[in-house]
Amino acid sequence: MNSEALRQTPLHEQHVEAGAKLAPFAGWEMPVSYEGIREEHSAVRTHVGMFDVSHMGEVEIEGPGALALLQRLLSNDVARLEVGGAQYSCLCAEDGGVLDDLFAYRLGGDRYLLVTNAANHESDLGWIGRHSREVDVSVRDVADRYAMLAVQGPHARAVLERALRLELPPRMHAAAVGIGRRPAIACGTGYTGEDGAELLVDPEVAPAIWAELLDAGVVPCGLGARDTLRLEVCYPLHGNELSPQRNPIEAGLGWCCAEETGFIGSGPIAAARREGTAERLVALRIEGAGIPRAGNPVLHEGEPVGEVSSGTYAPSLEIGAGMAYVRSDLAEPGTEIEIDVRGKRRPARIASRPLYEKRS
Amino acid sequence: MPEANYPDDLRYHDQHDWARIEGDLAVFGITWYAQDSLGEVVFFDPPEAGTTIQKDTSYAEVESVKAVSDVVAPLSGEIVEVNDALQDSPERINEDPYGEGWLVKVRLTAPAEADALLGAAEYRKLLENG
Repeated sequence: MNSEALRQTPLHEQHVEAGAKLAPFAGWEMPVSYEGIREEHSAVRTHVGMFDVSHMGEVEIEGPGALALLQRLLSNDVARLEVGGAQYSCLCAEDGGVLDDLFAYRLGGDRYLLVTNAANHESDLGWIGRHSREVDVSVRDVADRYAMLAVQGPHARAVLERALRLELPPRMHAAAVGIGRRPAIACGTGYTGEDGAELLVDPEVAPAIWAELLDAGVVPCGLGARDTLRLEVCYPLHGNELSPQRNPIEAGLGWCCAEETGFIGSGPIAAARREGTAERLVALRIEGAGIPRAGNPVLHEGEPVGEVSSGTYAPSLEIGAGMAYVRSDLAEPGTEIEIDVRGKRRPARIASRPLYEKRS
Repeated sequence: MPEANYPDDLRYHDQHDWARIEGDLAVFGITWYAQDSLGEVVFFDPPEAGTTIQKDTSYAEVESVKAVSDVVAPLSGEIVEVNDALQDSPERINEDPYGEGWLVKVRLTAPAEADALLGAAEYRKLLENG
């Protein structure tokens, strides 16, 4: 893909001005890092950082049939979602494979907002559209209506409330707020394992909000740190841990599947829960030198038993770590394995999830 | 990280490696451009002393948080020394790529190969032309 074909977020100029390293991601030109992944990672763990995640997609679903449609499409029990609530779900195919993972926010009585992964946004829209034909509901692609900022870290709430004079909803809740005299949605969610909020704002005021938060000492962070942060707390990434070839059970996402609602894919998912799966997603840590990378084979007693789905140098652990799919009988934390890192066998162990746990 | 610089006393390989040649010995490392593109180096996987390496082929890897990069030998020879300090402080490759961030010392087996390497001005031109 040439660079002309890449889409730019409403904050593109701010990234260039800040000297960000930009790279293509899911059809977008996105900041990977500014000052360095480790610094940005540590800012989020200890203070507060902000991410431009405007590449994420938004779909609004509204109408008398909204709940029934979402209950059919999403793995979680959407009926339990209260107005102002947020809920994580998988969007599954008939065979239980994961088409996307997303947050659903209930903005009003029969009005919901889904935040999709950039790479899946168009196909999600197609899937939702195909299943909403007979339903009294309107499905709107509202991705262009929002810029999205994730402000994360132990000081995120305090800084947001002071700098933007916001009253933030609690964790796993969403609220309509005003930012820069424009309507916005503040969500108590994130992808870092830290407290914070995700703000869906008018693209026109996004640069002013970014500048205000910079002035307040919030550290700009790129997708590089976003990935190391999410990996340390073992949040799955669609395309790595999740795919149409994997069901939520083997990915350890049984907690967001309510098969009794009869959602699309619930049959095979119920069977996977009942009968177990051949492989399971695990966390792993390298014991000494070496950094696991996606695609590296996992070995047990010299035999291939799985594959690394995501691997990185983990800045908070100061060691190579990641996630992998391995044979289910080897998924127990503590199990000794080896990772074949480009021909070198690196001793490693299955670790308990999350890899990084905040000391409270 | 320091500003971009390419010392005049070094010879450069177009895969962004440098060689400081002294007789039939040479010290190898990666250029400012290479470390800047890679980002913070968190791991250097060195070859062992005694290993024979071949010009234009990979002899080691440097890794940043997100990426792995092959290190290409600018000249052929036998490794006589490895910068062991990089085991504990790989960030020296970023901080001082031509000094404390050197990678290996090599006894050259074909010193005449150096004629094919670039001078600092030529290497800078290569970077400018992308």
